[in-house]
Amino acid sequence: MRLQYSPNLRIIEVPCTGKVDILHLLQAFENGADGVLVAGCKEGDCHYMVGNLHAKTRVKRAKEILDTVGLGAERVAMYNLSSGEGGRFVEIVTEMTNKILELGPSPIRGAMEKGKMIREAEEVTT
Amino acid sequence: MSTTTPSKLQQIIASGQMAVTSEVGPPQSADGEVIDSKAKIIKDYVDAINVTDNQTSVCRMCSLVCCIRIKLLGLEPILQMTTRDRNRIALQSDILGAASFGIHNLLCLTGDHQHFGDHATCANVFDLDSSQLAMTVRMMRDEGRLLGGSKFEVRPQMFIGAAVNPFAGPNVFMRVIRMGKKAAAGVQFVQTQCIYNLDKFKEFMKIAVDRGLTEKVAVLAGITPLKNVGMAKYMQKRVPGMDVPDEVVKRLAGVPKEKQAEEGINLAVEQIEELKGLPGLRGFHVMAIEWEEKVPEIVERTGLYPRPQMGGGG
Amino acid sequence: MIKAKPKPLEEIIDNVKDLNKLLIAGCDGCVTVCEAGGLKEVKILAAALRLYFTQAGKQVQVDEASLTRQCEKEYLAQLSDRMEGYDAAVSLACGVGAQYLAEMYNHKPVFPGVDTCFLGVNEERGLYSERCQACGRCILAETGGICPITRCSKRMLNGPCGGSDKGKCEINPDIPCGWELIYERLKTLGQLDRFERPVEPKDWTTSRDGGPRKIVREDLRI
Repeated sequence: MRLQYSPNLRIIEVPCTGKVDILHLLQAFENGADGVLVAGCKEGDCHYMVGNLHAKTRVKRAKEILDTVGLGAERVAMYNLSSGEGGRFVEIVTEMTNKILELGPSPIRGAMEKGKMIREAEEVTT
Repeated sequence: MSTTTPSKLQQIIASGQMAVTSEVGPPQSADGEVIDSKAKIIKDYVDAINVTDNQTSVCRMCSLVCCIRIKLLGLEPILQMTTRDRNRIALQSDILGAASFGIHNLLCLTGDHQHFGDHATCANVFDLDSSQLAMTVRMMRDEGRLLGGSKFEVRPQMFIGAAVNPFAGPNVFMRVIRMGKKAAAGVQFVQTQCIYNLDKFKEFMKIAVDRGLTEKVAVLAGITPLKNVGMAKYMQKRVPGMDVPDEVVKRLAGVPKEKQAEEGINLAVEQIEELKGLPGLRGFHVMAIEWEEKVPEIVERTGLYPRPQMGGGG
Repeated sequence: MIKAKPKPLEEIIDNVKDLNKLLIAGCDGCVTVCEAGGLKEVKILAAALRLYFTQAGKQVQVDEASLTRQCEKEYLAQLSDRMEGYDAAVSLACGVGAQYLAEMYNHKPVFPGVDTCFLGVNEERGLYSERCQACGRCILAETGGICPITRCSKRMLNGPCGGSDKGKCEINPDIPCGWELIYERLKTLGQLDRFERPVEPKDWTTSRDGGPRKIVREDLRI
């Protein structure tokens, strides 16, 4: 459709939003993302039946965690649209971008830039 | 009715007359006068007076003490004991204490779950259930023995009662079976949950009579006058195990607000009149919750006044 | 199995907020099955804590581990060379495992990361319900395979009570009346005669009321 949208968006394609794990959402923020947008098919239209419903519960949980840790629930959001709705996609991205601009950069990114990122976690294998 | 006790209630039932009991609710305070005044309102119109035991799990002055007060007024108390708040040690202990004051009627109840009351966060006890409590007091009375095995001389002379709810699940037949089970555990009289569905109650009684159960257990029908349509609706929708037919709610709704109380009393009177001759029924338990002043009217209008004076006993 | 649920994140943060090196220790047993404390939940909690500490301007090390079981010394011992390096551990095992971890590494604070709730079944994913109270003297043979101590809110042995309403418990219409279930089961099994016999008071010494319990199997010990 060749519609323009904000260049600040990094798209990660998945076959279904059901593939998006809550860890992906949290780790995006750990790596400095200011916001995460999950775009899935409309409810009832999921090719894999309930993938987008799973994504919905994970986004909800991520919101709760982000609120508790002081980042703010609004930094992650899920939208539902069909793959033919190019115009709607631009709307969504614009809406989310504006919201994040309002919220300001993630405090995690600030810490990263000051070199105050916490150490890489060690997984203890037993 | 097996073991005879000095209970005046038992005597009246045994004499073949219709018994009338009612109940008083203790205050949520240390004011014992409340019990005395409630008892005095109804004393000439009933044969025995129940005192509820932290009913609906709301903490109130204890039933045992209130029964003692009633006994000291020269009246006949029925001690209600739930197993929700006391273990077998405390229950047996209270029974010995009650007996020492000449209290001869005990209603064995499991009790409403604390979820309903004002102390929902408490631990509950339920060491025994109502049937096991009946077994226990029967053993104390007939064998002079406690559950722990020890024997004692001066036994509690208790006329053992329980509650039945003909309207609870799974079905009417099983509620009769359950009453039979309570009889096997030692129960001699029962007071039913308040009745609004007379047909169902009659069905319950018929099954009980056919099984010979009413020879073993005296059934007293529970009657509660409705104060207004709000109370009828509340009981219909919000009280588990209560059966309030729509016609009853409609009847009260069809009457202007200021006349509803009167209509509720009328309904109670009609219910008693209708059930009076029912085979197997030995009396009525009039529960006028916080409305004790209406008991005299109900008893008078149903021809149950004056109450028989039994010689001796107590 | 034992069913648990994750503790509120705020509560865990409150316990660890002033510390610098943490181990989040999960368990591959019961808490993995009910998705409260397995490796996945360890990673989620660790990520959440790292986000918290970073935005609070602190540099805190949050490591992740999951043991085969925390109720077994053999597996707890696998952490022995590492525990010294931590200020504290958050155990996502059930109360049993969390305590055993604390017992083995008793000079390190161990904070619980889950609320251990009951012994129960998976009715569906994310829907767990209680089935056993571990009373120590099983009476399932008498009640058609349904436990009245667990399924009856009043743990009656001669139920149902008068509040049993259309097959539901008086305290919550989502709870089936345990005694109605027993009645239906005994009917199916042709054992309704069991329903008619009064059951005597229970001996509670084998349950919690008798004090902390122990099993000593001489046949298993040399």
